[in-house]
Amino acid sequence: MQIPVVRNILEANARIAADLKDFFAGKGILVLNLMSSPGAGKTTLLERTLTDLAPELRMAVVEGDLQTDNDARRVAATGAQAVQINTEGGCHLTSSQVQEAIKSLDLEGLDILFIENVGNLVCPAEFDVGEDFKVTLLSVAEGDDKPEKYPLMFHISAALVLNKVDLLPYVDFDLDRASRHARVLNECISVFPVSARSREGLDAWYDWLRQRLAAKRASA
Amino acid sequence: MHELSIAQSLIALIEDEMAKHGKKTLLTVKIKHGRLSAVVPEALEMGFTALTMDTRLAGARLELEEIPVVLRCRACSREFTPEGSSAFAPCPGCGEELGHAVVSGRELYIEYLELE
Ligand SMILES: Nc1nc2c(ncn2[C@@H]2O[C@H](COP(=O)(O)OP(=O)(O)OP(=O)(O)O)[C@@H](O)[C@H]2O)c(=O)[nH]1
Ligand SMILES: [Mg+2]
Ligand SMILES: [Zn+2]
Repeated sequence: MQIPVVRNILEANARIAADLKDFFAGKGILVLNLMSSPGAGKTTLLERTLTDLAPELRMAVVEGDLQTDNDARRVAATGAQAVQINTEGGCHLTSSQVQEAIKSLDLEGLDILFIENVGNLVCPAEFDVGEDFKVTLLSVAEGDDKPEKYPLMFHISAALVLNKVDLLPYVDFDLDRASRHARVLNECISVFPVSARSREGLDAWYDWLRQRLAAKRASA
Repeated sequence: MHELSIAQSLIALIEDEMAKHGKKTLLTVKIKHGRLSAVVPEALEMGFTALTMDTRLAGARLELEEIPVVLRCRACSREFTPEGSSAFAPCPGCGEELGHAVVSGRELYIEYLELE
């Protein structure tokens, strides 16, 4: 007997993500899902951001990694709250993992929650984790053809951080080409060339965070 | 990659539907997956086989059908499928490059089950 079903296979993840979104909306917390390939600089960008914006914003971090709590310890060293999720081989975070992890955070008065996803340009794209926006990092050491090769990730991201611009003299990465292709995939994507090492370009990224937070609070 | 967790969610849905319909045997699962969702059929089959081994779902047939990417041009509203290997392309009608909406290509769902 053939039974029509037509059910989204990832509906359980989507349902919890939607619950989380409501929960965060109620608290007025801006939630960002940071994605990139391994080593593009997510944790370094967070260390900078948490340090530089500490005087004006309360922020916390959920760290997703295959193994170790190295990244959670790195961001906790800035003074921000951090909780580590080890996916034990899982190539992406799921909404239920985030739901569990935030129980150990004090969310009262929080402004921004950053969720650093597992380093991977494919799988995290399919799994919402309750975020307002997805942010993709791409480092200039990886090649400017990444938007073409991983279209979905760039299509669904609100912002693209092009990190490690201090290395531009040593690599053949064309910033315009990467931005142009990202805009083909997503016309509205905000592009931020930065160096988390030299701090170049970070102010524009910080302004975007402030604007997104203000917009979220205004719409509440 | 993420096919193993997709297989896990798939199995949970199948068990749910079997219980709902009071059936004990799964013959076929028909899945439709959009090209943008980047499911590798072989990996999903492997994950499903591995996770159903020695269960009542073992031996069921997985039928996968890819749904092509369809974009809608924001300038002239024409719907088109990009040619070749690339998932995005300029509109063949008016040449507009930016701002196309994804009409289809992101799906990942069970279309039907054959149960006994
Ligand atoms: N030259 C340069 N190196 C950077 C920059 N940002 C990060 N790095 C270096 O890149 C390496 C990886 O940085 P991480 O911040 O750990 O990258 P990640 O994306 O968090 O890595 P995973 O969590 O393992 O996926 C480290 O050695 C950083 O010091 C930058 O702007 N310029
Ligand atoms: Mg990291
Ligand atoms: Zn057109």
